[in-house]
Amino acid sequence: MEIKVLVVDDEIDFLETIVKRLEKKGLHTVGVTSGEDALIKIKEKYYDVILLDIKMPGGMDGLDALKEIKSRQPLAEVILLTGHGTVESSVEGMRLGAFDYVLKPAKFEELCEKIAQAYMKKSDQDNKIRKANIQQLLRFPGRVFDQE
Amino acid sequence: MSKPMYRVFRQKMIIITLLISFVPLTLLGYTIYYGFAKAYCQRVEQQMTARVTACSQSLDLFLEERKVILSAIAKSGSLSYYNDPSHLRELFETINNQTGGGLVDLGVIDSHGDHLAYVGPYSLEGFNYREQAWFNLVMAKGIYVSDVYMGFRQMPHFVIAVKAGDAAGDWILRATIDPEIFARIVTTAQTGKTGDAFIINSAGICQSPSRFNKKEILAPSGLDPSRFGSSTTVVKKNTVSGLRRVHVGKWINNGNWLLVVTQDPDENLPSFSDMKTEEITIFSLALFAIVVTTVVTTGMSVNKLQERDRELEELNAHLIQTDKMAALGKMAAGVAHEINNPLGIIATKAGWMRDLLEEEAFRNSDNFKEYDGALRKIEEHVERAGKVTHNMLGFARSMEPVMERVNINGVLKKTLEFLDHHAQINNIRINTGFDDAIPEIMSDRSQLQQVFLNIINNAVDAIEKQGTITVETAKNAETLVIDIKDTGKGIPDTVKKRIFDPFFTTKAAEKGTGLGLSITYRIIEKLGGTIRVKSRKGKGTCFTVVLPLTLSKKTIA
Ligand SMILES: Nc1ncnc2c1ncn2[C@@H]1O[C@H](COP(=O)(O)OP(=O)(O)OP(=O)(O)O)[C@@H](O)[C@H]1O
Ligand SMILES: [Mg+2]
Ligand SMILES: [Mg+2]
Repeated sequence: MEIKVLVVDDEIDFLETIVKRLEKKGLHTVGVTSGEDALIKIKEKYYDVILLDIKMPGGMDGLDALKEIKSRQPLAEVILLTGHGTVESSVEGMRLGAFDYVLKPAKFEELCEKIAQAYMKKSDQDNKIRKANIQQLLRFPGRVFDQE
Repeated sequence: MSKPMYRVFRQKMIIITLLISFVPLTLLGYTIYYGFAKAYCQRVEQQMTARVTACSQSLDLFLEERKVILSAIAKSGSLSYYNDPSHLRELFETINNQTGGGLVDLGVIDSHGDHLAYVGPYSLEGFNYREQAWFNLVMAKGIYVSDVYMGFRQMPHFVIAVKAGDAAGDWILRATIDPEIFARIVTTAQTGKTGDAFIINSAGICQSPSRFNKKEILAPSGLDPSRFGSSTTVVKKNTVSGLRRVHVGKWINNGNWLLVVTQDPDENLPSFSDMKTEEITIFSLALFAIVVTTVVTTGMSVNKLQERDRELEELNAHLIQTDKMAALGKMAAGVAHEINNPLGIIATKAGWMRDLLEEEAFRNSDNFKEYDGALRKIEEHVERAGKVTHNMLGFARSMEPVMERVNINGVLKKTLEFLDHHAQINNIRINTGFDDAIPEIMSDRSQLQQVFLNIINNAVDAIEKQGTITVETAKNAETLVIDIKDTGKGIPDTVKKRIFDPFFTTKAAEKGTGLGLSITYRIIEKLGGTIRVKSRKGKGTCFTVVLPLTLSKKTIA
């Protein structure tokens, strides 16, 4: 199963290249340039990891988008892309449920590492959910479930 | 204020303080002295007035007695009887015995002015007095007391003469008063060292000798009798030599003579020249004490003021510096941010090119090595530029520290792990001496990490190859002390002053930005701590960071 990644950044040149590089790494990657577009995209499809630039011009900045994303797709892991000037906002972002943050200009290797970690966490969580669902499915009154 | 201004200020203070203490004191002293002197003078005048009154009464009584006796004799006797010198002598002696002396001589003169009989030390019989003023006055008035005059005997004297009448015609009984006895009564009114008493007539001529001024009888006294009224009068005069004199006068002898008592009213008044040595010593000591106290206290307050001013100046300088740094920080943040974005793009583009380069087609290209090398250079320099902006941003970060519980030993361990690989390559040993008993403190973990990283990085740079870095922690009463020692090349004194300045570096352009320690300094300051450096050239360097155990008000604010 492919990892699905959504990259949100207003800097088109950066966005384009990073998308290409991630694709080349074999990830299913989609890029958008604003928070609003990101919300549309996550409605269409389910993303495992979302790279989100904190500082974006226009109506919705990174933190606003983060809140929205987390309320609509709580299981998607968000990695914040941040400049130094916005380290404080990244801390705030972590509180709002972001998985981690990466300082720009980010090293591609570091980025990939973070995505991998986020995806691991995500699949862990998916697993747990799956297990819970199975438990739910196999729970019958009067019978002890002793598989674990 | 400059140094000389403080001196002037100090002098002014001293003068003003001394004036404030001395002027009222002097005024008070003068007022008291003046009041005392005035009262004293009044008393002297009163005493003089009393003496004048008493003495004038005695003198009048003396004259009156003689006048009464002479008139009684003249009325009861006759010219023929007293014409006999033996009778006259008998009378003369009786009077002098009864009244205690006072008559020098006694004479009988007929209405023609011929001296008929005489008892006394001079031989005046046969003189004729018709031409003398007193003779005519007696003839006219019946009784007369003369002024002092020289007369035929050429000695100052005065006479009392009474006119009598009997069958043989008018005749005159005339007595010369002993000026000595009279003067003796006058001198009873003299007192003190400067006191004097004498009599003058209505023309101001002395009728009795004066104690001072060498005024002989019959010499002008220099006093103007018209200034004295009918009752006892006080007249004040300043003499040429600046002395004050009070004259008290009373008319006697039916207003013909003036008894004058005079004295220097200040005679017994204490003056400064009379002060004793002890008094002068005590006074000078008090004066000295006041001056010394004034000088010392003024000096102390001026010094305090100077110190305060200096502190204020320092504070000002510090504030200005802080302001400058803040402005610089803002600018740096803006610049760094603007550069970071393009840098990010360059980096990703280069990365993309490298990705493509991995593909088979490129790998076999002739220029693969060239491309690869060029890309590596791009990546290297992007990283270098990134380091600059990274540091600038670290420097500029508004640095609202995010306070949390921090285990300093933990932070140090993490930081050292970070550098372990690098240190091993360069053959650098890292020793640690952590005090495990140190408590967690409230501080900013990531900023502290930055601090330690900067300091240890510098240590690694200073050692270059082969050496030791020692990191130790310890707890003091209210602080944590972190020592980071290296055996590197040390910092020369000329450099030491500037190591905390932003952009100051001794390293090659691609190695150092010169921001490391300035960021370190700012962070520690914000966290309420201090940083010190000790270094010996060629031996090594020790940076000591001191952090507060508890948050001070300054750090929270
Ligand atoms: N442990 C040390 N031993 C010797 N010199 C030192 C040491 N620490 C600092 N210095 C001197 O202080 C200067 C300033 O240090 P600072 O960390 O501010 O800048 P830098 O290290 O030159 O640059 P950067 O930190 O950006 O790499 C250094 O260039 C160096 O000359
Ligand atoms: Mg942006
Ligand atoms: Mg440095």
